[in-house]
Amino acid sequence: MIDHEKFLSETLRDIKPSGIRKFFDLLADMGDVTALTVGQPDFVTPWHIREAAIDSLERGHTYYTSNSGLPELRGEVCKYMKRRFELDYSADEVLITVGGSEAIDVAIRALTNPGDEVIIPMPSFVCYEPIARMAGAVPVIINTKEENGFKLTAEELSAAITERTKLLVLPYPNNPTGAILEKSELQALAAVIRDRDIAILSDEIYAELTYGKRHVSIASIDGMRERTVIASGFSKAYAMTGWRLGYLCGPSVWLKQMTKLHQYAIMCAPTMSQFAAVEALKNGDGDIAEMTAEYDRRRTVIYEGLQEIGLPVMMPEGAFYIYPYIGGFGLTSEEFCERLLKEEKCAIVPGTAFGECGEGYARISYAYSVRHIEEALEKIKRFVEKIK
Amino acid sequence: MEKLLNLLAKDATLTPKELSLMLQKEEGDIKNMIRQLEKEGVILGYQAVIDWDKTDKETVTALIEVKVMPQRDDGFDKIAQKLQNYPEIKSLYLMSGGFDFTVLIEGRTMKEVAYFVARKLAPIEYVTATATHFVLKTYKYNGVVYNMPTRDLRENDQI
Repeated sequence: MIDHEKFLSETLRDIKPSGIRKFFDLLADMGDVTALTVGQPDFVTPWHIREAAIDSLERGHTYYTSNSGLPELRGEVCKYMKRRFELDYSADEVLITVGGSEAIDVAIRALTNPGDEVIIPMPSFVCYEPIARMAGAVPVIINTKEENGFKLTAEELSAAITERTKLLVLPYPNNPTGAILEKSELQALAAVIRDRDIAILSDEIYAELTYGKRHVSIASIDGMRERTVIASGFSKAYAMTGWRLGYLCGPSVWLKQMTKLHQYAIMCAPTMSQFAAVEALKNGDGDIAEMTAEYDRRRTVIYEGLQEIGLPVMMPEGAFYIYPYIGGFGLTSEEFCERLLKEEKCAIVPGTAFGECGEGYARISYAYSVRHIEEALEKIKRFVEKIK
Repeated sequence: MEKLLNLLAKDATLTPKELSLMLQKEEGDIKNMIRQLEKEGVILGYQAVIDWDKTDKETVTALIEVKVMPQRDDGFDKIAQKLQNYPEIKSLYLMSGGFDFTVLIEGRTMKEVAYFVARKLAPIEYVTATATHFVLKTYKYNGVVYNMPTRDLRENDQI
């Protein structure tokens, strides 16, 4: 019998598995629970978008597309970036990827050398740190603070920058906190990096899901476009998670190298998904408006419900998560969530899933019907009254 | 106004408070707008969409094409006025084309519907012909698709 372990990449082996595996295993064993855990829309992809994929299959478009994606799709991405966010990109500055996840992976690997430091604000989505580590880069974590609305501040950024800093990840609108960065806040960050050789990976997958305020991209701030690569995709905006389709927009010299990486690892994003995405970008603005209005309604229901229960919480301004403080009961986040699950059959995600700084918090997804959210709120309320 | 109506047409359980947030208006204004729309007869009622096949209640629905002789001066309205009073008739439309009225009828059994057509509808003065079509299965009603999965299809093991 050979020792399978010793064949594995040491870097990979040293990457910690997701800290909440145990919680999810427990959840899977529980059967019928009221869950507010998932990170994807509950809406089915709008029919006209699904139909476009079916149509492409009927017409026999079952081949690879070009590595960088259908020219028509890249063209539509450019129009979309202009229309929605006032950003100018040309087709050679766009790469179609397998979801926002691949976009992030490709961008980090293409922009770092071993030993380069990658600044990652946390709490945030779980993938940046392991991907940076796989690239041999050194993650530098900034724990954002609730008193700043979980927004990365210019002071925090300045303090984290060293000679080795190569890349800043900007995960806004933020999963799990729902924080967004407004123009003035982006300008303050821009002032810190303007005269330095630091690139920005702006993860804008939730760009369409902001409430009351339109998303502003760091790339639209003076001097930032030339150093920014935007990772985004169709999953959240158009309820297309299962289609696995995203994209990168950035300087063509970078995109050319990123395309090389994508070409060797992936070939091209799924063809039928790309045809669906063309339809989404051409005729999907109305779908976004409808879905956003619905999330907005749920946001209010969950926010007011949590306030009524007495959990300190910030009104989220983007994505579809809310991030209450649950640390006031002498329980760790994981203990709180485990007991809530066992005792009330209600599931929310411990904040520690999004970094150590998530201790004391929980992420609640409101990508669920209002009825479902209200049912969960009743359970949380009962539980909190019992333990306080 | 149209936005408010669109939202209510889709989900009449939306509260004035929720509507005020969705439409960026004062809750009081929303209440007044709804009251006014009800008064003007723009909003006529609020109903639940029920899949009766999932209950013990036996129902059959029939679509009946009705041909009539229009009356002098009143045209079709006079006949419609008579028809709309029957509680068995759930929907009533004046049509263009080969016949005049579409009548949707609900009864407990086919026999009951047939009885209504033969004894009540067909004998009405000016009704010259009827053709009854029974509904075999409802797939979609008023924008609501029946038999959609009620289970959440999303996997729970990702964040």
